[in-house]
Amino acid sequence: MTNRIFLLGDDIDTDQLAPGHAMAGGLAALAGHCLGAVRPDFAASVKPGDVLVAGRNFGMGSSREQAAEVLKHLGVAGVVARTFAGIFYRNAINLGLPVMIAKNLDDVSDGDLAELDVVCSELHLTEKKLVVQLEPLPEYLKRLLADGGLVPQLKKRFAAERARLED
Amino acid sequence: MVTQSFRKLIADDEATGAAPLLSAVGVMAQTLAQKIIARAAGRDVVRPGDVVTATVDLAMIHDSGGPRRVEPILKELGAGLFDASRVVLISDHFVPGDTDEGARILEFTRTWARQRDVTFHDGEGICHVVLPERGHLRPGMFVVGGDSHSPTGGAFGAYMFGVGATEMAGVLATGEIWLKVPGTILIEWRNRLCDGVMAKDIMLALCARLGMDGGCYQAIEYCGSAVAVLAMQERMTLTNMAAELGAQAGLIAPDEVTVAYLKKAGVEVGDWQHFSSDPGAKLLAHHVFDAATLEPQVAAPHSPANAEPVSQAPATAIDIAYIGACTGAKYQDLKYAATILRGRKPAPCVELIVAPASRHDQDRAAAEGIMQVFEDAGARILANACGICAGYGNDRLGEDVTCISSTARNFKGRMGAASSKVWLGSPLTVAASAVAGHIADPREFLAESGRAP
Ligand code: SF4
Repeated sequence: MTNRIFLLGDDIDTDQLAPGHAMAGGLAALAGHCLGAVRPDFAASVKPGDVLVAGRNFGMGSSREQAAEVLKHLGVAGVVARTFAGIFYRNAINLGLPVMIAKNLDDVSDGDLAELDVVCSELHLTEKKLVVQLEPLPEYLKRLLADGGLVPQLKKRFAAERARLED
Repeated sequence: MVTQSFRKLIADDEATGAAPLLSAVGVMAQTLAQKIIARAAGRDVVRPGDVVTATVDLAMIHDSGGPRRVEPILKELGAGLFDASRVVLISDHFVPGDTDEGARILEFTRTWARQRDVTFHDGEGICHVVLPERGHLRPGMFVVGGDSHSPTGGAFGAYMFGVGATEMAGVLATGEIWLKVPGTILIEWRNRLCDGVMAKDIMLALCARLGMDGGCYQAIEYCGSAVAVLAMQERMTLTNMAAELGAQAGLIAPDEVTVAYLKKAGVEVGDWQHFSSDPGAKLLAHHVFDAATLEPQVAAPHSPANAEPVSQAPATAIDIAYIGACTGAKYQDLKYAATILRGRKPAPCVELIVAPASRHDQDRAAAEGIMQVFEDAGARILANACGICAGYGNDRLGEDVTCISSTARNFKGRMGAASSKVWLGSPLTVAASAVAGHIADPREFLAESGRAP
């Protein structure tokens, strides 16, 4: 496992995640600008499975969904933070991006090798051989994430309903 | 670091909620938020932290986040609307459609409204103001809105919150939404606001005091004698800016003032007394402030949390005074601003712009001579819509312009050029600043003319 942690500070806002000026070009173009203002190396070096760890109020600002969508597009395994802005939190879960709350992040450093375990609510710092405890997600939200988000879940539900009707 | 001088009456730790008690009927004491969510979730009781699926009584969408964003998702799902009679569409962000893109979006919105057969208020005003004005809200309702200022509806004792487009599409398809039951932060304002001080000043002061994440995505409930004497549209300013505190919802328990407003709007109010927080319901926090010590506030660029008493703010010269938005251009807001502008003119270097929040409010203001006051003051009157607040049309702030605005947000570049600077204030403070040519304390003007609004 070579997944890494990107450690960020407090108040990472939706403009830093999905800058307004880069919104017109679609998700792929937007991805190149994600977090550019605070971590210029991020977009180029992030790899699928990497984890973002941040402080308070991650995702504050507008209700634009692209802020969560762009992280998913880049393959980020999830975001661990002390607190999340509410609308971002909802958008992330509904788009299938795990967002986990942690009270204590003292053990985490930038660049740590890590693996996020959403089901067991743990962030494994594989090289340091430490485990950071995360607040467990309610079962309902775990299922939503396992289904890949709201739209895939609804597709499944509607398909099941249609199948029942045809029986 | 700004200083805030208004008085806190009770220390936080003394006032935080008591342990849950049993009410007289043996059910756990619940907050207003819990009661509404419990009903919508088909349960007797819900606890903060529970994740529930709730049935929505109403979904509100607008031209920006609505049809053009939800229709592709509905198509992908192969779904229709859960109940067209429970969907209200309002055009406001791109009205009057003075750009090619805006005109196209409005056209799409209008076509969608016909095809999907939903209630549509087209060009009649800003969604958060039109929704209650047209009788769509009632105490106890559970409502989802496709806009971040959706907590405004909480002034009527409805639990209303904003969601993104994907989630709204899910609501439109199913009539349901998941929700983590919030705790309640009770914010009590005792005594009375002084002349020259408005609901907007309460909210700016709270943004500075509690911060933009002070609401922790929980429910904020406002109460106290200073809130009880406020007119409905002033109360709407409190719940509207719960969004700036980072709360999911802002609530005010219904009372006679609420019922009188709703009856006028043609609503059959039904059982409203039940919708209040039970004594002893567990709270996350209970803040008690003295309204009589609150001064008019202004928030410096680029955050509502930069608020400070206007008496301490630098007398910054302004180019534009903007009275607009769901936050600051309702009938009540226009009426207050006119008390200062009557018989006065803006300073020569200042452009005064007024965008009444709804046609209904504008008509009422016109009938009472209030619109004439703005016209006599040489104001430019914009359409009943989001106007410069959303920054989506041709009316935007230019490079390096300094504006004082009655809107809710002064984030960098929101109302136009990134180099523009927006100060936030109440409609009274905006009017006073227009006349003075710089940021000014409205109380000086009220004292001068001997008028108290
Ligand atoms: S007036 Fe401003 S704050 Fe209100 S709904 Fe329109 S854009 Fe949003």
